[in-house]
Amino acid sequence: MEERSTTRSVSDAGVPVRRRLRIGDLTLRGGTVAVSLGLVVLLAGLLVVLATGAAPALSQLGLSFFTSRQWDPVTNHFGALPYIYGTLVTSTVALVLALPVSIGLALLLNEVRSKWVRNPLTVLVDLLAAIPSVVYGLWGLFVLAPALNTYLAPFLARTLGKLPVLGALFVPTPAVGNMLNAGVILAVMIVPIITAVTREVIATVPADLREASLALGATRFESIRMAVLPYARSGIVGATMLGLGRALGETIAVSMVIGNGLGISASLLAPGYTIPAVIANEFREATSTGLQHSALLALALVLVVIALVLAGASRLLVRRSERGFR
Amino acid sequence: MTARKAASTLFMGALWVAGLVAVIPLVLIVYYVLLKGLPAVHVGFFTQTAPPPGVPGGGMSQAMWGTGLIVGMATLISVPLGVLTAVYLSEFGRGRLAVGVRFVAEILLSTPSIVAGAFIWALVVVAMHSFSALAGAIALTVLMWPIITRATEETLRLVPDELREAALALGVPRWKMVLRIVIPTAGSGILTAVMLAVARGFGETAPILLTSLRNDFLNTNPLQPTDAVPLRIYNYAQSAFPAWQTLAWGGAITLLGAVLVLSIGARLLSDRQQRRLG
Amino acid sequence: MSDLQVIGLNAWFGADRVLGDINMKVEAGRVTAIIGPSGCGKSTLLRCLNRMHEEVPNARVTGKVVYGDWDLYGPDVDPTDVRCHIGMVFQRPNPFPTMTVLENVVAGLRLRGHYDRASLHDNAERAMRLAGVWDELKDRLNRPGGRLSGGQAQRLCIARALAVGPDMLLMDEPASALDPISTQQIEDTIQELKETVTIVIVTHNMQQAARISDRTAFMLRESHDRPSALIEYDETRVMFTAPTDKRTEAYITGRFG
Repeated sequence: MEERSTTRSVSDAGVPVRRRLRIGDLTLRGGTVAVSLGLVVLLAGLLVVLATGAAPALSQLGLSFFTSRQWDPVTNHFGALPYIYGTLVTSTVALVLALPVSIGLALLLNEVRSKWVRNPLTVLVDLLAAIPSVVYGLWGLFVLAPALNTYLAPFLARTLGKLPVLGALFVPTPAVGNMLNAGVILAVMIVPIITAVTREVIATVPADLREASLALGATRFESIRMAVLPYARSGIVGATMLGLGRALGETIAVSMVIGNGLGISASLLAPGYTIPAVIANEFREATSTGLQHSALLALALVLVVIALVLAGASRLLVRRSERGFR
Repeated sequence: MTARKAASTLFMGALWVAGLVAVIPLVLIVYYVLLKGLPAVHVGFFTQTAPPPGVPGGGMSQAMWGTGLIVGMATLISVPLGVLTAVYLSEFGRGRLAVGVRFVAEILLSTPSIVAGAFIWALVVVAMHSFSALAGAIALTVLMWPIITRATEETLRLVPDELREAALALGVPRWKMVLRIVIPTAGSGILTAVMLAVARGFGETAPILLTSLRNDFLNTNPLQPTDAVPLRIYNYAQSAFPAWQTLAWGGAITLLGAVLVLSIGARLLSDRQQRRLG
Repeated sequence: MSDLQVIGLNAWFGADRVLGDINMKVEAGRVTAIIGPSGCGKSTLLRCLNRMHEEVPNARVTGKVVYGDWDLYGPDVDPTDVRCHIGMVFQRPNPFPTMTVLENVVAGLRLRGHYDRASLHDNAERAMRLAGVWDELKDRLNRPGGRLSGGQAQRLCIARALAVGPDMLLMDEPASALDPISTQQIEDTIQELKETVTIVIVTHNMQQAARISDRTAFMLRESHDRPSALIEYDETRVMFTAPTDKRTEAYITGRFG
């Protein structure tokens, strides 16, 4: 053997001298496990802190927290119904507007073969997702809302507002901020996430299913209806849930355009108030005495629990949809 | 037959419309932010602090420094935590703990940002009896940690197993293999993950609203309330003063610019990384 | 160089016993080939020799592998030490993409703490000459290691394995991903290497085994509920002209596999 300048960790007689497990391996493994546990502790801590903070309000107010319309720090009576209502209404409007657009876009990205269309579109949608919500809010407040108020609102009031039942949704008010505007801006904000998840789900539909339907003479539309949508259905529901979760939790953009008006009104053209918005607006005044602090934390707890449930359900549905083809 | 074909063409047309409708807001937002914000952007915008109400001019320098302080601290905290968690999930995690950690990361990713703010408000601000940049940084960490972990885990998984085997076969211990082969090979992928998280950190308003509050003056003390660009924009936009509103648009330009640069940069880096490894 | 003795080796993936009671002796300074149809456990056996098999979760080994007088599976033995003496080259060339050619060759040394640039360079040159790649790459030492042709990359990997100074080299189908010319180069390299490094090569190419090896081992897994076994192990000349076992003969004459 030629001589080498490497050193050997074992003597040439072949007697081993190392321990079984190296310190370095143990340290790296131990360290990364500890940090990962820290993440779990963080989530647990979040839930615990919110729950203990919310406990006074919830135990004292009970169910009336969710059913009462009155939110009054002075009398320490807190009913979150107007905020729950506002959150649900704006999120529903957002979903109704965003779903067709998102699903359509996801289908489009799947159908179009040209890289020159798909890649720029994908990049643009990703950029939409990156825009900070305060910028959405600013634009919504000064550009979108005035435009909607000037053109869309009167139009809706004149047309749909005249219908028997539906009309109540479109009764005009002089307010600048209203739930419709909030719903529209929310819709723009949740399109990227619904599109992204729907795309993933649609991409897992096996290509031969599509091709089989086309070979039968189906048009593109029929092929999508027959081969893609039925299989992607539960995944699309999952994507919707994720979008809903995002819409429910959105604070800043919504609070800038919704008008922050107390009370429950049937009309979308009236101001409203959402759960995140009231937390953002009132946290400063909430002292530790009185129940307001606790009530706000209770609202935060409600938000996170709903978001968790939606995220969990969505994951199950998306998984089920993607697995359904084995 | 022609009716069916017509229906299909109509449908495809509708898909194109959907695509356009989805993307037009981006164009409109960038356009209006530039249109309304450029008048505000001059040297003074970056050097002067908040002007009194009604007085034109002024700038957001205290907010920019504040953002730098808060996001900087958040990045310093969340990058090591996020990367180490990702290393665990990718290199060591098998079995139930790893599944649990991944699940927790996903939950935290879908948590509304105001909830993160409320959590740190209840925990840190109340305990310290004061709003602070540090509390803001911790609130941002709650959001940034899972982002970094998920993106970094994906990029570590992209490192081919063959490289790990080659290193082990050379007689290199596992920990050295991870630190000196896997992580450097993943290199720019990890940078991408950090860029995405920082972009998110720049743009978040709600969590720092509840933890750092605001400050009209430049503050370098992490234990004091500190201003940030999104907070200023939120504030000025809803004020009654046109001068302040213009500043808000100016702030939007810097914010949007920073976020878009980071996002596009991350995408370019990630494409290059995929080409290198794939 | 020492002989390597495999004694009663069994290997498991989880509950599946893939290798059953393997006994063989690899002679120092010679080329030993392991052949057999796919799934017969040849790669698994190879990976047991440098303790790579156990890196897979739920993988297990019992039995003994004795190198010289060193029990490789002894209770206090660190697998990383084993791999300093017994190197491995894999089926697909896998140079480290973030390193230059030179850095790749000395990667094993650097990671084990050797930093003296002059001696690293000397080692690199020695290893690359042994691997037959010095002349081609000596002017490209500082180029990225990831941009080489398949044959060059694989010989770079051989050099990388040799630089650590092993006296046995395990090769897992090293030429199967390469074109015929590169394959020829690898085979030539193996012939030159065997003077200084014992070589064990797994190959699915019988002609290759016949060309380059001194001894050949034939393995077979006859059914899924039984582990793989070493059917026959003999001088290559004998194995290919007058195999003892009927199953060996069937495989070599192409009746299956």
